[in-house]
Amino acid sequence: MAHAAHDQHDLHDHEHHGPPKNFIERWVFSTNHKDIGTLYLVFALTMFFIGGSFAMVIRAELFKPGLQLVQPYFFNEMTTLHALVMIFGAIMPAFVGLANWMIPLMVGAPDMALPRMNNLSFWLMPFAFCVLLSTLFMPGGGPAGGWTMYPPLSLQGESIAYTVFAVHLMGISSIMGAINIIATILNMRAPGMDLLKMPVFVWSWLITAFLLIAVMPVLAGAVTMLLTDKYFGTNFFNAAGGGDPVLYQHIFWFFGHPEVYIMILPAFGIVSEIIPTFARKPIFGYKAMVFAIASIAFLSFIVWAHHMFAVGLPMGAEIFFMYATMLIAVPTGVKVFNWVTTMWGGSMTFETPMLFSIAFVILFTIGGFSGLMLALAPADFQYHDTYFVVAHFHYVLVTGAAFAIIAAAYYWIPKWSGNMYNETWGKIHFWSSVISVNVLFFPQHFLGLAGMPRRIPDYNVAFANFNMISSIGGFWFGASQLIFLGVVIHTVFFAKKKSPDRSWEGAKGLEWTVPSPAPFHTFAVPPVINDDELAHGHVDH
Amino acid sequence: MKAVATTALALFGGAVWANPQPDQLNLTKGVTTWSGEPYFLNNVAFGVCVVIGIVVFGAMFISMFKFRKSRGAVAEKWTHNTKLEALWTGVPIIILIVLAKLATTGLVSFADTTGSEMTIKVTGYQWKWRYDYVDYQGKAVEKVGFMSKLDGRSDRTRQLGSGMDPGKVTVDGYNTYLLDVDHPLVLPINTKVRFVITGADVIHSWWVPALGWKMDAIPGVINSAWTNIKEPGVYRGQCAELCGQDHGFMPIVVKAVPKAEFEQWLATQQDEAKLLKASQTAQTAPAPKGQG
Amino acid sequence: MGHQQDDVYYVPKNSYWPIVAAIAMFTTVYGAAHWLNAQPGEAGFGKGMFWTGVVLVLGMFFGWFRSVIHESRAGSYNAQVDRSFRMGMLWFIFSEVMFFGAFFGALFYARIFSVPWLGGEGHGVLTHQFLWSTYSAAWGASGGGGPAAVGGAFQTIPAWGLPLVNTLILLSSGVTITIAHHALRGGRRGQLLLFLGLTVLLGSLFLYCQSHEYMEAYQNFNLTLHSGVYGATFFMLTGFHGMHVTLGTIMLAIIWLRCAKGHFTRDHHFGFEAVAWYWHFVDVVWLALFMFVYVL
Ligand code: HEA
Ligand code: HEA
Ligand code: CUA
Ligand SMILES: [Cu+2]
Repeated sequence: MAHAAHDQHDLHDHEHHGPPKNFIERWVFSTNHKDIGTLYLVFALTMFFIGGSFAMVIRAELFKPGLQLVQPYFFNEMTTLHALVMIFGAIMPAFVGLANWMIPLMVGAPDMALPRMNNLSFWLMPFAFCVLLSTLFMPGGGPAGGWTMYPPLSLQGESIAYTVFAVHLMGISSIMGAINIIATILNMRAPGMDLLKMPVFVWSWLITAFLLIAVMPVLAGAVTMLLTDKYFGTNFFNAAGGGDPVLYQHIFWFFGHPEVYIMILPAFGIVSEIIPTFARKPIFGYKAMVFAIASIAFLSFIVWAHHMFAVGLPMGAEIFFMYATMLIAVPTGVKVFNWVTTMWGGSMTFETPMLFSIAFVILFTIGGFSGLMLALAPADFQYHDTYFVVAHFHYVLVTGAAFAIIAAAYYWIPKWSGNMYNETWGKIHFWSSVISVNVLFFPQHFLGLAGMPRRIPDYNVAFANFNMISSIGGFWFGASQLIFLGVVIHTVFFAKKKSPDRSWEGAKGLEWTVPSPAPFHTFAVPPVINDDELAHGHVDH
Repeated sequence: MKAVATTALALFGGAVWANPQPDQLNLTKGVTTWSGEPYFLNNVAFGVCVVIGIVVFGAMFISMFKFRKSRGAVAEKWTHNTKLEALWTGVPIIILIVLAKLATTGLVSFADTTGSEMTIKVTGYQWKWRYDYVDYQGKAVEKVGFMSKLDGRSDRTRQLGSGMDPGKVTVDGYNTYLLDVDHPLVLPINTKVRFVITGADVIHSWWVPALGWKMDAIPGVINSAWTNIKEPGVYRGQCAELCGQDHGFMPIVVKAVPKAEFEQWLATQQDEAKLLKASQTAQTAPAPKGQG
Repeated sequence: MGHQQDDVYYVPKNSYWPIVAAIAMFTTVYGAAHWLNAQPGEAGFGKGMFWTGVVLVLGMFFGWFRSVIHESRAGSYNAQVDRSFRMGMLWFIFSEVMFFGAFFGALFYARIFSVPWLGGEGHGVLTHQFLWSTYSAAWGASGGGGPAAVGGAFQTIPAWGLPLVNTLILLSSGVTITIAHHALRGGRRGQLLLFLGLTVLLGSLFLYCQSHEYMEAYQNFNLTLHSGVYGATFFMLTGFHGMHVTLGTIMLAIIWLRCAKGHFTRDHHFGFEAVAWYWHFVDVVWLALFMFVYVL
């Protein structure tokens, strides 16, 4: 079909055509939301392993005091690239991949609103990471100033130009992806799919997309100023010229804080799909859930300086940002309580997606608690830039964002591949991960409280024991993800057990009305919406 | 004599856990008039989180046991409850207001550098610190200032593949690997000391946990902070802002001594500085002091 | 113009333009990064790679838009597709607003905080006392170079000269494009071409004045990118704006050609509208610039 001269016939014939036979034609030139979603997911998994290997280098060097494996500069490169790869390469593309696959299916659209731009959004990513990771092989080395790229440090060395351009490409990709998602959700819903009937996942992505469009350009601006300060003699971040290094931090965190919610809101959406399915009970407080996401998104714009409590802000600013930050606990609490109440009075089963979702709720909340402690400015004078912060954000990012993505993969892989994954191995993966991840990150709280700074390759002997425990947990957690890889490959290529259209007994929503695996084209003609089929068909209680 | 004094001080310091201890689980309470604030706030906030955690996770575990399908649970139909929702919006707000109140008090007292009796200028370099004594008891201090960098033993041990054992880097039985310097910052106790902190090249952050705070050292900008140490002792800290390859190797050591001892020390330093200046003008050969 | 069906969504066929675009952009930025790091006199591949990339990007735009125009003229795009395009353009412009926001943020921060602080106001007392005690803060020529007067003494561009002229030029171009739009809707081709053409001319005139201003700044005023934070914010804001005007003018010129070829109908001319929106956006940014960079 792709070769057929474009004419009106094409339009009507879509659903009878499978994917193009030619490999390049199918995967490189694709305009199909499912294929592009798959590309995103495969890319994200690859980057997760690359970023994870960097983390393994970090944990190996920190296994015991004394430098055993790498030079300090290389260690800093690893820290920096680990974070950039995980955030921009693994977590964000994984969410975009899920959006690509699921949003059209969930709102009854035949594809994304702007399919060719969708393809470009994806293909920019591998190139962006080529630019970024190629610096590792250059004589000057890669970026080593932390993922936050604070000047003047980040301006030392030659890699900054590559890093900045890589960030530009990622930013363009994210902005186009977000525009696509907004247009799809606002413009492509099947008749009858009212906004307040949409799955929470779709809502969470709609709001996330707005965050992306609002802050990715700001990051682009910030790194552009880095570039001109370094190569074109501007003085944005140079006090002698009237600028201020702290200005960078303001601009960066104006992006950076919403960014962390970009990495958690879709996770909230996923968990809000999975828990009702396996509790066999509609989500508690649907409207409150949507409203809470929106409030979190709004608040995320006015809390950025909580990352800067130690830069010497005027006291009034510290107080304002402290209060605003603390407020976020309220809508987030609403979400947590609603998930728990959804489970209460349900009829629960504990398949792997549910297990990961339950772990998400508990462990994300623990990460949120430490976040709240960090928000208390005087206490943050102690916590800031220690492993307490590292523990905080890995709880919200690994057991938060990454666990939600893994849960989503288990939850929807029957729909994607048509095959059921192996439940036993899924459960092994879960238990192995959930135990090891706590061995990995929980002791880091203690390290931080005891006074171990972050971003150091070597430490005092007093920190030895917990570091060793953390490293062991790290290797174990890393190895556990090989199980995940095995389960995914097995499910897609080798599994015998087929999935029915509705893969889970309690699952509701349009995505479960199409066959498994979902055909190449779905909803070429808008589906007729039957409110009983939807999870939130009747919300006006 | 010096060794004996440091031993006594180090032990004393250890007794209140002013420096990192093996397997330490909580924040240090610190040794200054202010350092109790973050410690207290930390404990209260932690307690609050534990209580909320028990309630939330407790409810989850109960529902996981009570409402399992395998036990014959049948899903109920309700999907909202306005009273409950108001409750769990309201109660956190109240808790937060209490926490905010406590934290604000701490912030306000920290911001107040008035009434300080002495000023130290701290400058961060890649990768060492410089301390300049600016004034003491209202009088300007002449030319007392020195660089302070990682001690030689730690430095040799920390080289990649040095084969040396970090466990052996000790001062008086306390492991000081990466936490010792050649020239500690000497401060008097029971004195409100104002710090003015800046950076020479990139951003650093001056942090001694026992003092209860850290403050970024930013090139071209002066940040201020204060401390008032109650106990004599040796307090160790580290640079807390990534500043390049040796960020992990620029520790901070504060040696707090009784006022009289401090004044004596300061006098010697001033004399030395004068002598040095004289000899320099004689030889016209610059020999920066304290650079070793 | 072809028939449209609202209930059948148009999924475009596979296309190689996106991958060409990705490769082109990669080539450009990789070349640029390499070029930036080249030692003086060193013959690296950066420069060549960069320009190859630029050519590829231009070629890609040409090819991609050509196929879109083709499809549009074949009537493939129904009302729903049209709405998607509109949303796409709108949110793209919003993202551009946020990009400028970063630089305006830097400008406000420099004026309200960093420069006064360096001069010892408010929060900056100690900074001034210990590091920059001879600096007296002011914005513009007398202090915008920062405490070290980086870039040397300079003069600023007076607002009521060329910048005012440029404001008038852009404002009138906003009017002309609106008249052109009305003409298009009313089916008055001659008027459309005339006023759209005028808009292109006004855009070019603006660019001419702007480059004249830059030359003036560099040659006579010693106001350069290097003139402290004043120069940095001045040139980055006006420079990025100028780049957007350049892009807008090119797009307007292309739209003029398309109008001349009769591509647009009274009620089917999204391409025209998208460019008009963009032009208005560029206009509004200029007004903000005129206010905050020149006047105040
Ligand atoms: C997904 C990512 C994510 C998420 C969701 C969060 C969520 C939060 N974060 Fe975190 N944060 C990061 C990622 C994230 N963070 C990262 C990456 C960094 C470090 C960046 C770097 O420096 O490299 C960081 C750093 C960071 C800092 C700076 C620390 C420092 O450098 O000194 C602070 C300070 O305030 C903070 C606070 C918070 C708060 C208050 C929340 C809140 O949103 C949490 C709200 C949730 C809860 C509180 C739990 C559930 C609520 C209830 C059960 C209700 C009742 C509870 C109470 C009343 C207590 N975070
Ligand atoms: C989404 C984001 C994300 C994710 C998923 C992770 C995942 C992990 N992170 Fe980290 N991390 C960050 C975001 C993230 N991180 C950020 C933002 C920083 C701050 C950076 C900065 O300071 O600038 C940071 C910093 C950071 C540090 C502090 C470094 C320092 O301060 O110097 C450490 C140290 O332990 C760490 C560890 C880990 C580990 C062990 C994992 C593990 O979860 C990874 C597990 C995955 C794998 C291991 C890959 C899969 C398996 C294989 C490749 C097989 C081979 C392995 C074995 C057989 C063992 N991360
Ligand atoms: Cu100095 Cu880190
Ligand atoms: Cu934040």
